[in-house]
Amino acid sequence: MATLLAKRLVQSCLILLGVAAITFVLLYALPADPARMLAGRSATAQTVENIRRELGLDQPLLSQFLHYLGNLVQGDLGRSYAQKTEVATLIAARLPATLTLMAAGIFVEVLLGLTFGIVAALNRGGAIDRIVMASAFVGVSAPQFVVALLLLYVFAATLGWFPMSGYGTAAHVVLPAMTLGILGAGWYARMARSAMIDVLNQDFIRTARAKGLSGRRVVLRHALPNAILPIVAMIGIDIGQFMGGVVVVEAVYGWPGIGQLAWQAIQQVDIPIIMGVTLTSAFAIIVGNLVADLIAPMIDPRIRSH
Amino acid sequence: MRVLKELCRQPAAVFGLVIVLAVVSAAIAAPWLAPYEPDNQMFDGLTLEGAPMPPGDQFALGTDTLGRDLLSRLLYGARTSLIIGLVANGIAVAIGLFVGVTAGYMRGWVGGLLMRFTDLMMAFPALLLAIVLAAILKPSLWIVAMVIALVNWVQVARIVYTETRGLVERDFIMAERALGAGNARIVLLHVLPHLVPTAIVWGTLGIATTVLLEATLSFLGIGVQPPQPSWGNIIFESQSYFQAAPWLVFFPGAVILLTALAFNLVGDALRDILDPTQRGRG
Repeated sequence: MATLLAKRLVQSCLILLGVAAITFVLLYALPADPARMLAGRSATAQTVENIRRELGLDQPLLSQFLHYLGNLVQGDLGRSYAQKTEVATLIAARLPATLTLMAAGIFVEVLLGLTFGIVAALNRGGAIDRIVMASAFVGVSAPQFVVALLLLYVFAATLGWFPMSGYGTAAHVVLPAMTLGILGAGWYARMARSAMIDVLNQDFIRTARAKGLSGRRVVLRHALPNAILPIVAMIGIDIGQFMGGVVVVEAVYGWPGIGQLAWQAIQQVDIPIIMGVTLTSAFAIIVGNLVADLIAPMIDPRIRSH
Repeated sequence: MRVLKELCRQPAAVFGLVIVLAVVSAAIAAPWLAPYEPDNQMFDGLTLEGAPMPPGDQFALGTDTLGRDLLSRLLYGARTSLIIGLVANGIAVAIGLFVGVTAGYMRGWVGGLLMRFTDLMMAFPALLLAIVLAAILKPSLWIVAMVIALVNWVQVARIVYTETRGLVERDFIMAERALGAGNARIVLLHVLPHLVPTAIVWGTLGIATTVLLEATLSFLGIGVQPPQPSWGNIIFESQSYFQAAPWLVFFPGAVILLTALAFNLVGDALRDILDPTQRGRG
């Protein structure tokens, strides 16, 4: 177990290094010129040149990258071009908002997904099953921003139950979390359904039924724990999906998280922030997968012996 | 033919197929179907106060903030979405096939390197990457297609890799080798044909993803640029107005949803038919 963990950790660090390298090359090789952006439209060539030297952009790419890596190891993500603040500070300030949204979103999707998946599995082939699976399919195919605007129109603009945008109270979280949750729930429902069907067909479930246990007990205490594994793995993978998706949802709802930070930075070609957010997201994806892999043996003892 | 027949036995797949055909014909026949020019900012396309016209007799789906006919723009937008869907997804499947087959067939350090690179791409926040690339490169239809292809090939590569590895172990490949067939012959004539079903399934499912991704990029204003209509940028152009003119968001939104749903339904049914091991699952 310890060697496995060590191996995975080394792997994760290598992947993170690779993500840093690729993002760095992409950002610096592309035609956008941050020095010119910062200097403004009317700047002279000399001013642009000065800014470029100040930012270290006149150095060769490799030495810039090594410099960046050296700082990164010490937890220094560099300084934002436009805001003149430490990127790590900016991200740390925005992270709680994004994590709140993510937690709420995952809660909604797991709750909806599990409930509908189990209900569909228990009614396999019936009308309820078909309706649930059809809705799951629609959820999977729906564009996030359209659902966001639809929810805004119905629940904020028309009914006035929730605020249009902003951050701070519990009411602000509801619509963004629903947007993320409704779409993700489709995947969870499909997965929960097929996992439950697999488990419900096994002998020990028949034994439990034959013993005279109530249907509810069989489903919740005997079947569900055995079907939960793929869902746990999915939450790990989902964390990564969220990191990308928050850019859109945060843009629509004016949610002050790292998605919004990234979006502003992208428009200003503020490369240190873009790098920082990409690395933070990659880090979240890797940690999510790692946690899913580590939790699996705790839930399913069969994996432990391998 | 057999596939088509089996496809027609599933009501959901037939529904999907009908919509796919409808969208494709709408895109092809847009110039004849569209009641107005998509870029024509009409005088009578706005109310006296200068607001967009709601759906009615003259404009079936209403007009947008510039007085252009929404139906015409949606029809022409279908062209944009489908071109990007086909191009981006074609490239993605081609890259995925190439990487997957090469890695699965060659193994060794080349295979290892390619698959590690694929793992690396899996850890990339794909949407974020697409947004960054699209924003920094000057957006155009082809750039958007490239960007989408660049983030979408990864999944195909992984699946093709697993399948190729399984195939290479099979007896008929070994028999070919024993007969003295070269690598190129084995790959092109014996491995690739077995991967066609996978390519078709992912080619179809991928179009749904691509249409959604294109719409998302255009919605953020970094996809296809107006005045060229795309379903995403129609919403982008009118989102600040959506409380007063909700049809400007909901008609394109519904079209995006239906198209993605249709390709997903057809792709899912194809997977059931072409890959019997998956039948009846999820």
